[in-house]
Amino acid sequence: MPNMSLKKNEMPSQEPNVRNKNFSEVALGYTAEQAVDEANRCLNCKNRPCVGGCPVNIAIPDFIQEVQKGNFEEAYQIIAKSSSLPAVCGRVCPQESQCEAKCVRGIKGEPVAIGRLERFVADWHNDHSKEAPKRPAPLGRRVAIVGSGPSGLTCAGDLAKLGYDVTVFEALHTAGGVLVYGIPEFRLPKAIVQKEIDTLKELGVKVETNMVIGRVLSVDELLEDGFEAVFIGSGAGLPRFMNIPGENLKGVYSANEFLTRVNLMKSYRDNSDTPIQHAKKVAVVGGGNVAMDAARCAKRLGAEEVSIVYRRSEKELPARAEEVEHAKEEGIVFRLLHNPTKILGNEEGFVSGMECVEMELGEPDASGRRRPVEKAGSESILEADCVIMAIGTSPNPLIKTTTEGLETQKWGGIIVEEETGLTSRPAVYAGGDAVTGAATVILAMGAGKTAASAIHEYLQKKEK
Amino acid sequence: MEVNEIMYRIAKKQKLNATVTLMEIEAPLIAKKAEPGQFIILRVNEEGERIPLTVADFDRERGTVTIIFQIVGATTEKLNHLEEGDCLQDFVGPLGTPSHVEGLRKVAVVGGGVGCAIAYPIAKKLHQLGAEVHSIVGFRNEELVILEEQFREVSDRFVLMTDDGSCGEKGLVTNALQKLIDAGEQYDEVIAIGPLIMMKFVVRLTKQYNIKTVVSMNPIMIDGTGMCGGCRLTVGGKTKFACVDGPDFDGFEVDFDEAMARSSIYKPFERHAYEEACHLFEKEVR
Repeated sequence: MPNMSLKKNEMPSQEPNVRNKNFSEVALGYTAEQAVDEANRCLNCKNRPCVGGCPVNIAIPDFIQEVQKGNFEEAYQIIAKSSSLPAVCGRVCPQESQCEAKCVRGIKGEPVAIGRLERFVADWHNDHSKEAPKRPAPLGRRVAIVGSGPSGLTCAGDLAKLGYDVTVFEALHTAGGVLVYGIPEFRLPKAIVQKEIDTLKELGVKVETNMVIGRVLSVDELLEDGFEAVFIGSGAGLPRFMNIPGENLKGVYSANEFLTRVNLMKSYRDNSDTPIQHAKKVAVVGGGNVAMDAARCAKRLGAEEVSIVYRRSEKELPARAEEVEHAKEEGIVFRLLHNPTKILGNEEGFVSGMECVEMELGEPDASGRRRPVEKAGSESILEADCVIMAIGTSPNPLIKTTTEGLETQKWGGIIVEEETGLTSRPAVYAGGDAVTGAATVILAMGAGKTAASAIHEYLQKKEK
Repeated sequence: MEVNEIMYRIAKKQKLNATVTLMEIEAPLIAKKAEPGQFIILRVNEEGERIPLTVADFDRERGTVTIIFQIVGATTEKLNHLEEGDCLQDFVGPLGTPSHVEGLRKVAVVGGGVGCAIAYPIAKKLHQLGAEVHSIVGFRNEELVILEEQFREVSDRFVLMTDDGSCGEKGLVTNALQKLIDAGEQYDEVIAIGPLIMMKFVVRLTKQYNIKTVVSMNPIMIDGTGMCGGCRLTVGGKTKFACVDGPDFDGFEVDFDEAMARSSIYKPFERHAYEEACHLFEKEVR
């Protein structure tokens, strides 16, 4: 009998006032009993709308059926067919706007907690399965992947499963891209990312860190060196600033810098050599997931007051509802309909405050959201000793400027054929934020998947 | 291409003076591509921070990259404790845009302190390209002088300045540059590399004569590929990233006062970390 409860099994989590002082994971994960109980909420309906909502088309009802029976490893194997990073996706995918948005149970009540079940299954596998994944027969054909973020790792995983000899080139000293430098430990433990990368290595994927493609080797040199195809998943790493006065004062960070210091360089730990400012009053500008991450990190570093300064209203916040909720519970203050106009400094050049103007919402703009308009004469000063700019990123131009004939959009995104990920250069594919601008982990994974199958098709036709 | 085999081994270590050390690091792929003006980023160990150091020299055949560093904080202190045969945790590059030296016929290269380590490969390259090179190098005192012989070899004129007159002439590099200008020397360009304050004053001087001046900036950064924006500075009223737009910039346009302020953000932390590192090594010695 299906479980007809209208509500999801709640996710066990650390208490807000405990977790806002540590970097351990917020959500603790379902127990096996909770997982089976939640799986029983799935009606296994014929239309399977959830599958269509998944950018990588995981056979969601099939894996949930196995969870119902307690066959967790089987459930994992079903997910693994479509996703290279299930433990990651179970944590950071915006399920509420994808698979779960399509769930029939969501029409009346809450949808099945697909994301939480995916996470449970992946964690169960990582805790219990000792078996190394089977390596396919090698094809003896080499493919290079530029960037080890979600799109690159997915593309690498899919190609390795087909028997390709795959090498991933990463510019930083640790593989994982945004999964390690951007998303904080308390949302996505780095051990989990490492585990997923280790699984890829067991499949035969080689990972070369400290390799800035475009500098130490160009895309053309990779092709000359015997790689038969190249996938560019170099992300959207270039931080944007507002170009307001005072932005270069000490204590103004891009969210990228702040999060990289905290997450990749572990500056929250005593034994890390990388410094970070331990500010008292932090203002985070922006309303996306990155802004929430930065604010919650600042709080955990000991800030007394952390505020999100966002120019539209709560309804338009681009961050996931769950992240906004978590941030609020942890004591983050939301200063909505406020826009910074100037950052103020003291004699020593440190930030002392931020001048903001109040906003009101006018007519909808190109994005469909109501355009914020300044209220004249509404300036006020927010006291702050640290300002974090989380207003978006653009694709890194390094690959574009060093790869002749690679066409890009005016704003820097690499132009690709949507169905294949093929760029203007033969044998060169691209996907993820490098193509779309800053988006989500799962969309990048979808692009990596698309490119992997296109590369496979291309190489099958091409002679060795 | 056996990138897997790369260990970033220290092939040579040489003490240049009490606080400045030269190391040759095995990094064949980087050595193959490096050009004067570019930099690398290294980490000493697993918990180490990423620090940028400008490429002081490279040997494409031997596959080594030379770095010269002054012991100023915890990381350089730890780096200096490594010996020949030891390996660095990470070594990535070449980063940044190479210096533009083509087409220059007569250049004054001004180096200050450990900045001479960066100025030298540029002087060398200019010399190889057939330009007339006048090198002016400045140090606090005789004990801190580095690379004197190397500079002499590649310079048509060489002036050594010390603050206290213990070696060469007494005075600042700007005094020497002023003298040469007064004597009628006409330069296509002045290249100034050293402490921010030195570069600021070189630019103040050359601006009066409208001699194009290039400076090399070395701000705090993490990734070195344009991702963090920590290395941003104001050049000609616009924000630039030293790691991708530089490190060389038109000295007339650089906001040195802002750069100096930004370079001091972690001073208290650095002092503490440095003292801890020194304390740790003292304990090891005992």
